Amino acid sequence: MIKTDILIIGAGPTGLFAVFEAGLLQLKCHLIDALPQPGGQCSEIYPKKPIYDIPGYPEVLAGDLVDNLMEQIKPFQPGFTLGERAETIEKLEDDTFIVTTNKGTKHHAPVVAIAGGLGSFEPRKPLLDNLSKYEDNGVAYMIKEPEVYRDKKVLIAGGGDSALDWSIFLADVASEVTLVHRRNEFRGALDSVEKVQQLKNEGKINLITPAEVVGLKGEETLEMVSVKDTSTDEVTDIEVDNFIPLFGLSPKLGPIGDWGLEIEKNAIKVDNTLDYQTNIPGIYAIGDVNTYPGKLKLILCGFHEATLMCQSAYQRIFPDKKYVMKYTTVGGVTGFDGSKKEAPKAVVKAID
Amino acid sequence: MSDIKIKIIDREGVSHEVDAPTDMNMNLMEVVRSYELAPEGTIGICGGMAMCASCQCYVQSEHELPEKSDDEEAMLAEAFFVKDNSRLGCQIHITEDLDGLEVELAPAED
Repeated sequence: MIKTDILIIGAGPTGLFAVFEAGLLQLKCHLIDALPQPGGQCSEIYPKKPIYDIPGYPEVLAGDLVDNLMEQIKPFQPGFTLGERAETIEKLEDDTFIVTTNKGTKHHAPVVAIAGGLGSFEPRKPLLDNLSKYEDNGVAYMIKEPEVYRDKKVLIAGGGDSALDWSIFLADVASEVTLVHRRNEFRGALDSVEKVQQLKNEGKINLITPAEVVGLKGEETLEMVSVKDTSTDEVTDIEVDNFIPLFGLSPKLGPIGDWGLEIEKNAIKVDNTLDYQTNIPGIYAIGDVNTYPGKLKLILCGFHEATLMCQSAYQRIFPDKKYVMKYTTVGGVTGFDGSKKEAPKAVVKAID
Repeated sequence: MSDIKIKIIDREGVSHEVDAPTDMNMNLMEVVRSYELAPEGTIGICGGMAMCASCQCYVQSEHELPEKSDDEEAMLAEAFFVKDNSRLGCQIHITEDLDGLEVELAPAED
């Protein structure tokens, strides 16, 4: 069981900055995120794109903003449960919470802050009638254990980096790799595109474009994939052991939607007059995942919401303690790792 | 002239004729959102970066539209329910030339 003061669901910019504000109040944080790396949308969707409305930064790349936030919160030693999705929440008799992930990891905290952005990123599934029948029976949406595909006939669909990279990787593992894409052009790193071209020329990847998967066949497990050549409308059945559609990720509010929280416009309603608490005391929602009158989904608004949430969380955890906010310029930043940053003291000295 | 008329058929099949400003640096996806013709959270999910297809629409009038960028082409290649007249609303900038434009919103992916 992982124990912490504030359990933050979502490791995007808002969740990361909450660690800093909590740290100033000597509160420890742990973050859960379904993605394998911190940063949320900034890392997953647009790491190389610039943002122009972070106060004090005329221009910053989304990926750099995440790097800076990670550096800023380092002294407060946040814990991370990455690659797991928060699945269930249970309120205990003492008003604390246990949050369990889809992999069974349990987290215990008196305060839960949902900073889930647009939701957790789930693989986009192609629209095929009997797709669910073959899930885990030959169809997978991500590759966790490449050895599973050793000496198998694998068909990958998609035209982005992951489709290219896995086709390259599996070319050496699987007995046959077929890559199907709707267009002749691929969107990926130049290296990857060239490598696939080379493997195709060597006969190690069977490339079918422009084409799409239109059907799946098999008794119990997947045996055939029907591929339609979209230039001729001709459909061919290809014998395969595995079909891996790699069409990227799309965000879903997911299990959080079933936690008994008030939802409006696909977002969690919070009290914006005070502390961004939800209808369940002790559960807060900050950043893009929340809604209130006049809500703007901006990173800078998430930072503000995280800050007020932490003050409220402090009072919830220590109802009897007196506290007033202190400027970092005055109080410095004392990390849990023993580090201390503070403004240099002025020298008091007479001038002769 | 600073407003143009656009006909938008929503995902329920209901037709709306709306005024769209040409001087607010808006795109078609934002016009749809500003009139709340599709529920928040189901359109413009990526914010307008051509990185999701939640604002996909079918262009039904004969207007000459700007060429698709590589990003839009690539996204439409991966999107579902794509037709020959599919475009991403976020990549269609509202200009006076688009007066009378008619579009239908593509179904949501879920």
